Amino acid sequence: MDFIQQAINGLGLGAIYALIALGYTMVYGVLRFINFAHSDVLMLGAFAAFYIAPKIEKVCGPQSVLGVILVFILVALICALIGMTIERLAYRPLRHRPKLAVLITAIGVSLFIEFTCQNPNVLGSATRPFPQLAAEKQFHLGSAIVGSTDLLVIAVTAALLAAMWFIVQKTRIGTAMRAVSFNQQASLLMGVPVNKVISFTFGLGSALAAIAGILYSMKAPGIEPLMGVQPGLRAFIAAVLGGIGNLPGAVLGAVVLGLLETFAGGIPELSNYRDAIAFGILILILLLKPAGLLGRATIEKV
Amino acid sequence: MPLPGAKRWLLLGLALAILASYFAPQFNRYYLGVAIDVGIAIVLATSLNLINGHTGQFSLGHAGFMAVGGYFSAWISLKLVGVAHAEWYFPLSLLAGGLLAAVVGLMVGIPSLRLKGDYLAIVTLGFGEIIRVIAQNTEAIGAASGLKGIPKHTGLGWTFGVAALTIYVITSLVNSTYGRGFIAVHDDEIAAESNGVNTTRTKVTAFVTGAFFAGIAGGLYAHHKTFLSPTGFDWLKSIDIVVMVILGGMGRTVGVIAAAILLTLMPEFLRGVAEYRMIFYALLIIFLMLLRPNGLFSFKFKRRTA
Repeated sequence: MDFIQQAINGLGLGAIYALIALGYTMVYGVLRFINFAHSDVLMLGAFAAFYIAPKIEKVCGPQSVLGVILVFILVALICALIGMTIERLAYRPLRHRPKLAVLITAIGVSLFIEFTCQNPNVLGSATRPFPQLAAEKQFHLGSAIVGSTDLLVIAVTAALLAAMWFIVQKTRIGTAMRAVSFNQQASLLMGVPVNKVISFTFGLGSALAAIAGILYSMKAPGIEPLMGVQPGLRAFIAAVLGGIGNLPGAVLGAVVLGLLETFAGGIPELSNYRDAIAFGILILILLLKPAGLLGRATIEKV
Repeated sequence: MPLPGAKRWLLLGLALAILASYFAPQFNRYYLGVAIDVGIAIVLATSLNLINGHTGQFSLGHAGFMAVGGYFSAWISLKLVGVAHAEWYFPLSLLAGGLLAAVVGLMVGIPSLRLKGDYLAIVTLGFGEIIRVIAQNTEAIGAASGLKGIPKHTGLGWTFGVAALTIYVITSLVNSTYGRGFIAVHDDEIAAESNGVNTTRTKVTAFVTGAFFAGIAGGLYAHHKTFLSPTGFDWLKSIDIVVMVILGGMGRTVGVIAAAILLTLMPEFLRGVAEYRMIFYALLIIFLMLLRPNGLFSFKFKRRTA
């Protein structure tokens, strides 16, 4: 396959990873733990879109721009709510416990969502076709073919990244998020409503995961309850690669990982090992530069 | 003759194992199979307890070590098919599987144990997945279709003998002077290091020992099921073992053994509602962490001095 073609595919994949990785990184920034259930929120987002899209289509007409935007907003809201609920019920009671307890609980929450959804009475483990939200057009760029879905993915990601940068750097709540990330206790003493900020962070991250879930499903052959696991792991690795807790780092790591994975998939000898490549990169980066590409090493104070 | 705790358990376990293997042919095949499953689960849970419980290093890759040991010992046994008295080489193949798993544990442990908590969990998870992907793509061990026709050597005697030995070795290790290092690292790594405990070496020792026994458990498993498939060693298998350790109470040997027995027997009784098993596991993890972070059985036993 053509180099440019691969690069565009990789960029599209990297853009989706970036959206997911932002959620991991933001939650890590404020709470210092990995939200394992993040990838399941992505899956729930895809399923929410699966059920909502046909209803929206009836109102707005098939494949209308307004309809697509409505689906995105509704699903993002639903998943934000789910994310905040998970935080409230499972993570908040453990806030002052050892980190290991929170980590184990997060794994438990993730397993709970996955297996509840796999149950035949809930969603079932069968793969279902995802509705076509937007008409697929193809553009020719030299010898490479660029699908409109790829362009949509990259455009939506770019827009959301800009929005994220604005929220974190320019708004009041963003300032509060940075304060909580810097020192939770001190910001509490300064009158920052820490619980609200953490709740908001979970909502924001989950909304991003939901949108990533829709975009991922538009390219994937179908959706099923375990669909979030693989992109979730890759996005987590991307977040670590870029330096966890660092927003531009997450995006950089995601794009690097997306490109590497796509190029490796194009080489026949390596394509069977695609799953192992991401983890190989993770182990390498943790060995060589544990703080990530853009992260700063922190010294642990006693 | 008064014997120290660990040795008494070892002798009792070995005696039971020999007795059980003597009467084994009279047992129903199904019960025999379940009993062996229980024994293997005990070995896995006890060895993971050394890493996750006593030393406090959260590993999610135990199934990976199990796969290494299982595949290697099964491969040896398959090479020995037709050799006279092949079953006499069974302990050697188990040992070889365990040793290879220990070597892999060393290779994984040295780089990844510099990491803590979440990172370590993800790296060990990733390592388990890498092992699975390699097994899936290696023709010599059956690739994706799995390894078939492994001789059925695992009996009650071997399983519970190994289980007793595992418990003995790990309990004695933790109770030894050297083993205090595990507890120290678990309680506070920085404090341990400033008191002269070589934390990296302690963690790697725990990891390698745990991997060794997981490899042996893998060998027992391979010669019990007579069939190995890469999908049998995915991260859900690791989660199964982790749930045993959490349910039993991390670092509580007796609790962990009880949990291993309980969680292996439970699915057998709950066959009718099998699709709810993992949901139940997940809820168990969440509620244990919220309500009983020291394990379900922690009310019976005082925190052991080790």
